[in-house]
Amino acid sequence: MSDIIKIKDDYIDKLNTENNVDKVNNIKSELFGKSGIISNEFKKLGSISVEERKKLASDLNNIKDELQNKISIKIQELETKEINLKLEREKIDVTLPERDIEIGKIHPVSQVIDEISSIFSEIGFSVEEGPDVENEYNNFTALNTPDNHPARDMHDTFYLDNNRELLLRTHTSPVQVRTMLKGKPPFKIIAPGRTYRSDSDQTHAPMFHQVEGLHIDKNINMGHLKGCLNYFIKEFFEVDKIKMRFRPSHFPFTEPSAEVDIRYEIKNGKIVIGEGDKWLEILGCGMVHPNVLKNVKVNPSKYQGYAFGIGIDRLGMLKYGINDLRAFFETDYRWLSHFGFDPLDVPSNYRGLSR
Amino acid sequence: MKFTVDWLKNHLDTKFNNNQIIDKLTNIGLEVESFENPVSELDTFIVAKIINAKTHPNADRLKLCDVDIGSDKTIEVVCGAPNAKNGLLTVYAPPGSIIPKNQIKLSISKIRGVTSYGMLCSESELLLSNESDGIIELKNNKYANKIGEKYFKKTSEKVIDLSITPNRPDCLGVRGIARDLSAAGAGKLKINKKSNLKYRGKQNINVTIKKEKVQGCTTFGSCLIKGVTNKESPKWLKDKIKSLGQKPISAIVDITNYVMFDLNRPLHAYDADKIDNQIIVRSSSTGESFEALDNKKYILENDMCVISDRSGVLGLGGIIGGTRSGTEYSTKNILLESAYFLPRSIRKTSKQLNIDTDAKFRFERGIDPLSIKEGLIKASDLIKKICGGETSNLDVKKIENYKKTIINFDPFLFEKTTGFNVENKELIKILEKLGFKVSKNKKTLKLVVPSWRPDITQSIDIVEEIVRIKGYEHINTSEPIKTRLKPTLNYYQKLFHFLQRSVASKGYLETVTWSFTDSKINQLFKEEDEEIPIINPISSDLNVLRNSIFPNLIFYLKKNLDRGFKDISLFEIGPAFKGKNPGDQLTVIGAVRAGKVSRLSWNDKERIVDTFDVKKDVIQSLCEAGINKDDIIIDDRTPSYYHPGKSGGVYQNKNEKNAIAYFGEIHPNIIKKLDINTEGLVIFEICLDYIKESKQKIKDLKSEYKFSDFQKSERDFAFIINKNFKSQELVNIIKSSDNKLIKSVRVFDVFEGENIPEGKKSIAVNVTIQSEEKTLNENDLDNINKLIISSVESKSGAKIRS
Repeated sequence: MSDIIKIKDDYIDKLNTENNVDKVNNIKSELFGKSGIISNEFKKLGSISVEERKKLASDLNNIKDELQNKISIKIQELETKEINLKLEREKIDVTLPERDIEIGKIHPVSQVIDEISSIFSEIGFSVEEGPDVENEYNNFTALNTPDNHPARDMHDTFYLDNNRELLLRTHTSPVQVRTMLKGKPPFKIIAPGRTYRSDSDQTHAPMFHQVEGLHIDKNINMGHLKGCLNYFIKEFFEVDKIKMRFRPSHFPFTEPSAEVDIRYEIKNGKIVIGEGDKWLEILGCGMVHPNVLKNVKVNPSKYQGYAFGIGIDRLGMLKYGINDLRAFFETDYRWLSHFGFDPLDVPSNYRGLSR
Repeated sequence: MKFTVDWLKNHLDTKFNNNQIIDKLTNIGLEVESFENPVSELDTFIVAKIINAKTHPNADRLKLCDVDIGSDKTIEVVCGAPNAKNGLLTVYAPPGSIIPKNQIKLSISKIRGVTSYGMLCSESELLLSNESDGIIELKNNKYANKIGEKYFKKTSEKVIDLSITPNRPDCLGVRGIARDLSAAGAGKLKINKKSNLKYRGKQNINVTIKKEKVQGCTTFGSCLIKGVTNKESPKWLKDKIKSLGQKPISAIVDITNYVMFDLNRPLHAYDADKIDNQIIVRSSSTGESFEALDNKKYILENDMCVISDRSGVLGLGGIIGGTRSGTEYSTKNILLESAYFLPRSIRKTSKQLNIDTDAKFRFERGIDPLSIKEGLIKASDLIKKICGGETSNLDVKKIENYKKTIINFDPFLFEKTTGFNVENKELIKILEKLGFKVSKNKKTLKLVVPSWRPDITQSIDIVEEIVRIKGYEHINTSEPIKTRLKPTLNYYQKLFHFLQRSVASKGYLETVTWSFTDSKINQLFKEEDEEIPIINPISSDLNVLRNSIFPNLIFYLKKNLDRGFKDISLFEIGPAFKGKNPGDQLTVIGAVRAGKVSRLSWNDKERIVDTFDVKKDVIQSLCEAGINKDDIIIDDRTPSYYHPGKSGGVYQNKNEKNAIAYFGEIHPNIIKKLDINTEGLVIFEICLDYIKESKQKIKDLKSEYKFSDFQKSERDFAFIINKNFKSQELVNIIKSSDNKLIKSVRVFDVFEGENIPEGKKSIAVNVTIQSEEKTLNENDLDNINKLIISSVESKSGAKIRS
């Protein structure tokens, strides 16, 4: 028996100093293999007396447990060591640059159109569109601006034919005409899009963007117009309060007509909308002229309502502090990267108009 | 429209101060553009002090003066005045100033080799006296602390500049503005003074308005004023003319202008002695010509309204007079004209001849047809006062009588339109002050529209008058009505939105470029489309509507490459024009990608962008926008601006004419022609209009969820096949050999060259096989293998590679 204890102690010592998993596994089979030392001891049990057998078996079992325990702890210990060593060797410099990120951007005009659409969608407007090339009738005549009307001088028009029948629309108002001609009242639409005037200097571009609004129903009055625009301006500029002024003006297609000014001030070189002591003109609007309604086969004694037109580029410039209108259309990679929006920044009501 | 508050007060009794007047004008729709002192040529002259006067190195009689003009540094001025000395306070004129005496504009000049920055002035140079011996000597006690300030005080009154909308000709005269202000409670309109002018004799130059097919004149009023002495206008009149920003000419011309701006009543004065016998108002015939007061010769076309005498055209009625009958200082007898010309005729003629005058501007918008006599009387009165002379009887020839506009106005329309109510009493008061004659007629009001308001023709115009004068601030702000009539966006608008953002999310910067482009570049991309020229382009390189988005996109790509950017991804979504009629346009995404992938990467090998980069971008974007990848077919039919061998089209149907998208390399010829310097250039385009609208909502498209848990197997095959055989077809053949069991086919290698016969290639595919009913055994798999090989070999002529 003492032999066995000696063997056990030797092996425990061996295991304590052993650093190789394979060798530990060798020890394991030396001890517990088919003819291993401990296995053999157990085989011997059959040849001794019952008295002794009980005692010896118990002792042997203890020794076996102790050794097996030791072995499995040792293996685990060595394996952990080995893994850690491997991981240590595999360490990389994580401050090296990642693979290239491809950052795309949405143009400010598109972003602003989506913001505008989102705001008007909230109050029930749907989006309509019309062609960029228009005929003279839809762009002018149907809108109560007959030929020889001085108001036409305010629109420097691009023409596509010598008879001046085909032109690039000078405003988005012809979409009103198209919408009303093809449907039946009530109408509640906005129409964003490209518009064109042959005008080109620091503050004018030959192409720009407008959004038209139209709400026609039985009892829509100027109070609704004011309410709608007040709501829009507040939502768009994301301010709680906006000081706004309606000022009489004239457009051939609305009567009464108004221009809308909002208060602003310049703080630290940046424009602040809503407060201040200066007025900024931002849009034109009015009650749709009965002549226009007649032209599009809507009965003006039954239906009435308002229309408005807003310069999209200018709204974007004001909101996002862009100084130069011309830069919108010059495709400068630096400008697009700087003023563009992340494609995931989809303006919406529940997620917020902008980040 | 410019005027001074003083002038306004000739017509308006008001207690309002200037700011209140300004605010009121804006509130009633007469937008104030500015209210400021007119810029004066005298503003540049400033008080200065000579710090040091020394002798000019090259001229004994000249001095070199260091002059303190109130800024940080002194200025060096060469001066010939004997009295220039240290410490003298005088008047300095900087370069750019105009010297009143000789009207010469100063410039920086060298005088005897020394540069002189401006000049020190004598009294005579400033027209203050005849003293020209030396420069002005200013008194120390008065001017010592005014160095740098303007020498001349602002004597002229501040000028109000209004932007008058085209519907308000009546406010192109000061009296009309006063009337509007009085209606809005800003004061009382003064009653016109009665003239006590005595008329002597007849207007004996015969006037005829000829009957014409197109006659632009309906009334021609005139009077003769004999024995006048034309001269410079008196100061008050000159000041008025100057406040308009115009130059005084002579008393007679200034008076006619003054009346025009005062009453919005254009007049014309002829030298009566230069008129040949009679006045005939008629239509011109082609080729007639005359020299106008702007010193230009105009050659007329048919049917322009001209004032003529026996010898020919004197002037264009209501637009511009001619030099032949113009008044001069020597003029003794004048014929004064006050007429009514039809706006339409004026506009047409002035457009054809490209003339813009103050008279034209007014007649085009509509002059008060009943102001003929008033204008003649007011001007005659002033001429008599300033130039003397005898006025004849007024002669008025008419071919048409003025018809009053009468509107039966239901006051309820006001509330219905504006949403608020104004008592009838107040409403009537406003209208009467504006010049309407109001009588009650049961529920409605019978309104006679004043003759100076051609813009008012129907009830809604009356609503505008009342609300404008009452004030827009009375309109309530109602809560927005949220009722929705239909969905915000339709299918194609949503598609636009999805695709725009999908493409951007692949690393492309969105741009917006003009809808027009350079025909020379457009021609490279227009294919079969017709060119659509703009008749009046903004410049010759933006002279056609773009047939494709690429001309602009490539143009700007080049600009960015020239800026030094190498790896560029750009796209635009917008119209491409296919014809010149409304609606002949498609909504298209065009995208370009240039440069390299993984440029200067520490871990990946860099490579030039290629067709399969853009193919991924376009297919993924389409999938993200809701198009099923299994429903599209790739073909190699592409427009000619693509590289014929390295481009493809995406079709939704095999025999579809129009691809929904194209992708690939751009044709090398185009790169060469446009001189584009880049390592690689690939493009893609998506035509939104060609994508078929999915009628099903996503809730209907989600089919029953099925999956198989039985073991799947993968098998690899390599086929030797004709080089031109398309991999897409091979994959389809394999798939269709057993649609149920073959779950997916993936091409993992394509190889040509060594060990592969000429004209052939090797394609290796990995096929996933799985049953939904059982685990397939070796036998089953063998059968499928054989089936795949035999299908491919028989349908494609390929051979399995062993």
